[in-house]
Amino acid sequence: MQLESMYQEIILDHYRNPHHKGLREPYDAEVHHVNPTCGDEVTLRVRLDGGEVADVSYDALGCSISQASASVMTDLIIGRPVKDAMVTGDEFLKLMQSRGQLEPDEDVLEDAVAFTGVSKYPARIKCALLAWMAWKDATAKAMEGSNS
Amino acid sequence: MSIDVERIRADFPILTRTVRDGRPLVYLDSANTSQKPRQVIDAIDDYYTAHNANIHRATHQLGEEATEAYEGARIKAANLIGAGSETEVVFTKNISEGINLVAYAMGNAATAGPEAERFRVGPGDEIVITEMEHHSNIVPWQLLAQRTGATLRWFGVTDDGRLDLTNIDDLINERTKIVAVAHQSNVLGTINPLRLIADKAHAVGALVLADGAQAVPHMRVDVQALGVDFYGFTAHKICGPTGIGVLWGRAELLETLPPFLGGGEMIETVAMEGSTYAPPPHKFEAGTMPIAEAAGLGAAIDYLTEVGLDQIEAQQQELLAYALKSLTAIDGLRIIGPVDAEERGTAISFTLEGLDGREIHPHDVSQVLDAHGIAVRAGHHCARPLHKRFGVTASTRASLYFYNTPDEVDALVEGLRETQKFFGTT
Repeated sequence: MQLESMYQEIILDHYRNPHHKGLREPYDAEVHHVNPTCGDEVTLRVRLDGGEVADVSYDALGCSISQASASVMTDLIIGRPVKDAMVTGDEFLKLMQSRGQLEPDEDVLEDAVAFTGVSKYPARIKCALLAWMAWKDATAKAMEGSNS
Repeated sequence: MSIDVERIRADFPILTRTVRDGRPLVYLDSANTSQKPRQVIDAIDDYYTAHNANIHRATHQLGEEATEAYEGARIKAANLIGAGSETEVVFTKNISEGINLVAYAMGNAATAGPEAERFRVGPGDEIVITEMEHHSNIVPWQLLAQRTGATLRWFGVTDDGRLDLTNIDDLINERTKIVAVAHQSNVLGTINPLRLIADKAHAVGALVLADGAQAVPHMRVDVQALGVDFYGFTAHKICGPTGIGVLWGRAELLETLPPFLGGGEMIETVAMEGSTYAPPPHKFEAGTMPIAEAAGLGAAIDYLTEVGLDQIEAQQQELLAYALKSLTAIDGLRIIGPVDAEERGTAISFTLEGLDGREIHPHDVSQVLDAHGIAVRAGHHCARPLHKRFGVTASTRASLYFYNTPDEVDALVEGLRETQKFFGTT
């Protein structure tokens, strides 16, 4: 049934027991993003360490999809080179814009392949992307800060 | 005589369709937009098939027929809300445009002639709204305040979802220029005491605008008895088409209120040096108007009148009482707004907890309901300040109309229990 295609067990697991949740010190940049249609919010902090994603911490209010997506994202990018994490982010964006038509690359996206079903629901794509957009924004800010 | 809901449902073609893998549609989102009966769809079809022409300026038979459809709808709209005359009825795109019309025209009063004196707004003046307004009755007034230097003030909302009137004498004072308030809240369902507010406002020389978007679909409205100065409603929430709304205003006010949009048909004479304007309502209807939509609105008003406004109100009250009783019986469901059926309409907003006691996000609630064929709205329903007042970012809203049945309320309750199970297990 279609409900299970959106709410995969992996998504529900991350929603019930989110990883890396909570705002932590120290951090290089903090951003606050909202989804204006539903009012979902995320505050997200990034710490970089020589081109590596040292930590991503967050506090989020929102639906199961946005919460689970933030949790899966942190699993995928903490401890990775920023460059690689950006590639993963781009791959996830491509998947979410695919309307369910794309065969996701499990080697790159790991648990995030579970969001394939979400991409069939136009109203929910923004939920899945909220944390990723916040992370990209925060990382750009952190890199600006370290360059100046 | 009560309503035969099964017969009414047969008039609405969309109610027979299925959604999401063959499930019957349970449409509980009429506060968002209502469904359309065959009679309205046919009226629009007939207009384009047989009568299409531009109005007021075409001197041929089709032009006459189109004008008759358009102006006929104005008379029907005037009768629907007890207007003194159809010249008090201005067609707009929707209520948002109607409210913006008044707010911008008041802004234009600063540079208009002395006849527009009473509409002038400036520093030291106050505009009063309420915390339970739809964004369309907040933002136009924020913009007017910004443009003119006036101060925006607002009524608060009590914990049980009623307007907090305790400081009414402070809020409505000799500095108040206009009070803008919803007749019925689109989130809480609360019906506001317009007469009381209008009397207070008039005692200090202020104007009153009421947003009737949620009220006109459900009750017999009499603008004279309510005592307000401007009153807006929209066609698509009363079984009519999108694209046309109504702004009613007292004749003497519409006569001196400066224009909003300039263009064709709103003028008396145009010279390169300056123009004079048509008398109301045409002064406020620039350009080619939504003519087919007016024909549809006319058919919608005919339809509601035929079903019976009092019968609709009675059926809605009965269904509302049943829905409130059924919903409050669900553990973990909290209604935002009055829990009794007194002085409230059929928009019911709520939050829901799973079996684990954790709140389920409204988008998740509506997604599970949608999988069961049940259409509700999830989010802040264009009333973010009100949600903030109740400490939530969003809610789920089920809204009923006269084509809904107790069985559909039961389906909602069943769907909500399924939702609690789906998200509730740890």
